[in-house]
Amino acid sequence: MIELEHVSKVYRTGDIALRALDDVSLRIDDGDLVAIMGPSGSGKSTMMNILGCLDVPSSGTYRLDGTDVGRLSDNRLADIRNRKIGFVFQSFNLLPRTSAIRNVELPMVYAGTKDRRGRARRALARVGLAERGNHRPNELSGGQQQRVAVARALVTDPTMILADEPTGNLDTASTVDVMNLFVELNEAGRTIVLITHEPEVAGFAKRVITLRDGHIVGDERR
Amino acid sequence: MNLLEAARIAARGLRTNKLRSVLTMLGIIIGVAAVIILVAFGNGLQRFVADAFGPLANQIQITKTQGAISGNRAARDLTDADVDALSDRARAPALGSVTPSVNGSAVLQVVGDGQYRSSILGTQADYLDVANRELVVGSFFDDQQARNKAKVVVLGPNPVATLFGGRAGEALGKDVRVGRTTFRVIGVLKGNGQQDDVAVMPLGAARSYLLGGGDVVDSITVRAVSTDAVSQAVQQASAILDQRHAIRNPDERDFTVTALQRLLDQSSQVLSFVTIFVAAVAGISLIVGSIGVANIMLVTVTERTREIGIRKAIGARRRAILQQFLIESMILTGVGGLLGILLGIGLSVAAGVVLPRLVADFPVPSVSVGSVVLAFTVSLLIGLVAGGYPANRAARMRPIDALRHQ
Repeated sequence: MIELEHVSKVYRTGDIALRALDDVSLRIDDGDLVAIMGPSGSGKSTMMNILGCLDVPSSGTYRLDGTDVGRLSDNRLADIRNRKIGFVFQSFNLLPRTSAIRNVELPMVYAGTKDRRGRARRALARVGLAERGNHRPNELSGGQQQRVAVARALVTDPTMILADEPTGNLDTASTVDVMNLFVELNEAGRTIVLITHEPEVAGFAKRVITLRDGHIVGDERR
Repeated sequence: MNLLEAARIAARGLRTNKLRSVLTMLGIIIGVAAVIILVAFGNGLQRFVADAFGPLANQIQITKTQGAISGNRAARDLTDADVDALSDRARAPALGSVTPSVNGSAVLQVVGDGQYRSSILGTQADYLDVANRELVVGSFFDDQQARNKAKVVVLGPNPVATLFGGRAGEALGKDVRVGRTTFRVIGVLKGNGQQDDVAVMPLGAARSYLLGGGDVVDSITVRAVSTDAVSQAVQQASAILDQRHAIRNPDERDFTVTALQRLLDQSSQVLSFVTIFVAAVAGISLIVGSIGVANIMLVTVTERTREIGIRKAIGARRRAILQQFLIESMILTGVGGLLGILLGIGLSVAAGVVLPRLVADFPVPSVSVGSVVLAFTVSLLIGLVAGGYPANRAARMRPIDALRHQ
């Protein structure tokens, strides 16, 4: 379960303070498929960084599975990212010159998990790329690369898969392909949070939260 | 995440940039090899000098002091009586042998052939031993010939070159006129590069037929009973001569006692300074190599900022990133160091085989274990230091910033 209580994030450059998130409270239950929408500058990216434990709030509390992650050290944050969050990025962010299976194994290397090869294979099979394990990212299509990234995100069995504009670099067919994968994973019980500005993508979600100027201006369930 | 895992990741990182890794290593390889080779040459030289002059280490040279001496007296000559006094084992137990000699020069002439002006050395039968010399052919005069002032001569290589065209065998048994007396050549000395222009004959013969001079001797070579007894021998010889020359103040001595050991110690000290200096120059190339490693590691870290961001987002701790890049740079310098050691030892051994064939008596380089250990340790340290700053920079990157990097 994900809980934000009165979370604000302020960026300071010199004398100017920019309030990217302003007193946001939010609760996402396990098993939900949520899209966070909004135009650029609305605080989407800040939201993504805080939800992903890549950044900490200036004030307020963020609890992930009951743990207050706002006051944790860098190392503890790295561990939380490793175990509880699976990232999917707009630009895929796979390691270049590294095979798909090794990319999927990567989070388990840092976790020290056993049977990495087997788990990575099963994750790749789950996203329909069982045959592509030895291919390098540059030998795969955009849609395939993003599915490798999804496999990497779910291989550690995280609390939440956090996807930042996951279809931003994909054509329409691949977009539908990847979104159907998210829906499937959600139906199997995964919590998924999508950050997007595309209404078509948000259309796959069960709940759509709209941000504007650092405030939540819309929260509807479909 | 353990060290083995970090090493695997680091090795993969290096493999993806093979050419760059090899070129970076080359700086370390050359530096380490240079240190090992130059130290090996220095060692070889030191050993060569020690072997060549080691047998002279127990020698003490006594000569009359040249020029004015303090106390405003004329220096007295060294005489046969001085030699006899030094030879008295009861008074000088640390002295093993006492060999007087007289010097001069004379014209050597072979009938019907050329002539050659050579220095003349009159000495005793133990000259070869004392001077650490060998004969090419023939024999040296014995004690009896020395006592009988036999008219025999042993020639150095220079007179043989002029008078007999360098053919030592031809000189043997020939008669040579030395001054106005005919001597028979009974042997030829092997050259030692220092005293090759010489004709050696019994001390008595040199005095009677060539140089005159009564009972005066020009120098006395004394050998201590052992190298450990050299300073004792110097004291005993000085005491005897002080008494005989009626000297109370050592500053007013009219003779000079020089132990060769001291000169040898000085020369080996100079040689080890030279070795250290040369190794330090080679060390500079190692420093240049390490700057290359630091440079490449900085470039690598900047180039792979995005990779660092991905790894951190996925859960790599600071330490894991630090280890990855530190191990990368230590693999570069460690493997470079090992290859440099192989190259250095290989070239030193090869030089030991080839160079003595090209240059006579070339000192064979000898690789020292110390230089190998030191060079390897230094190259690992370079890996730590040169990789430390870039690795630390990578470890401290914030994942959000690193991910945004294009």
